Amino acid sequence: MIWSKYSAPQAFYPLAGRLIPWFSVVAVALIGVGLYMGFFVAPTDFQQGEAYRIIFVHVPAAWMSMFLYVVMAVWAGVGLGLNARLSFMMAQAIAPTGAMFTFLALLTGAMWGKPTWGAWWVWDARLTSELILLFQYAGVMLLRTSIDDLRRADRSSAVFSLVGVVNVPIIYFSVQWWNTLHQGASVSMSTGSKMAATMLTAMLLMTLAFWLYSVAVILSRVRCIIVERESLPVWEEQPTVVQKVAEVR
Amino acid sequence: MQWGSASEFFAMGGYGLYVWTSFVVTALCMVWEVLALWRRRAAARAEHRAMLLGGTDETAA
Repeated sequence: MIWSKYSAPQAFYPLAGRLIPWFSVVAVALIGVGLYMGFFVAPTDFQQGEAYRIIFVHVPAAWMSMFLYVVMAVWAGVGLGLNARLSFMMAQAIAPTGAMFTFLALLTGAMWGKPTWGAWWVWDARLTSELILLFQYAGVMLLRTSIDDLRRADRSSAVFSLVGVVNVPIIYFSVQWWNTLHQGASVSMSTGSKMAATMLTAMLLMTLAFWLYSVAVILSRVRCIIVERESLPVWEEQPTVVQKVAEVR
Repeated sequence: MQWGSASEFFAMGGYGLYVWTSFVVTALCMVWEVLALWRRRAAARAEHRAMLLGGTDETAA
């Protein structure tokens, strides 16, 4: 299979269309299994009681918020380097989903903070840097809409997202670098997991589900963007329309 | 399983408000995103179709 072929939006469009149902179905299935594990199999936390169950949405949302930002920045970088239209479109398609997960990470974090810390919000390094990430997503999207020329909009928002990627390691390591009220990592590459196996399984299932969901909605959004910007793919999907036009011409 | 009854499950050990707000808002956001994308797709295709067929109206007239 020649992958470079799919760098053309009109070739990528049908491929994305074929992939979306698979990602969607598996995402829904894994959300079902993850929620079941999270609510019925995972035990009560001895310190945090039932409130800890918020982590089954909080941690996946927070991980996706950072991961999607990096992926967006990579597509933006590829777009700048190769001047590839599809790369810019991918970056454009990722931003709203990333912003949504950042918002959800902050909201579910507040829902966790109130009963366990006694405060919805504190100006802690982890929380503050995550809030900045939300502003970065907003900045990328607003910058795009504020520039009429598409190519300039692509390039400006790409530079903006590349510069902002520096915040992602700051968020990730904030709990080590500073004294934060936010707890340290419960799952780490070096020390493994400090959680019960069923809790960890539920959390990883939800993370995988959110990842698959993100792929599905981002592919679906990039298809919308291709139709909006390129005016090509409907030819393929609407033979009757093409036929009508052909008849008249 | 640690739930004796449905009400115990919904109470979430007294943290029900926080737990259910988190899960419900997350679910609403994700469903809303999917619906918004369907609408966007329909709008983009309708506009594109109108553009394609718009030319035929002019030539017909």
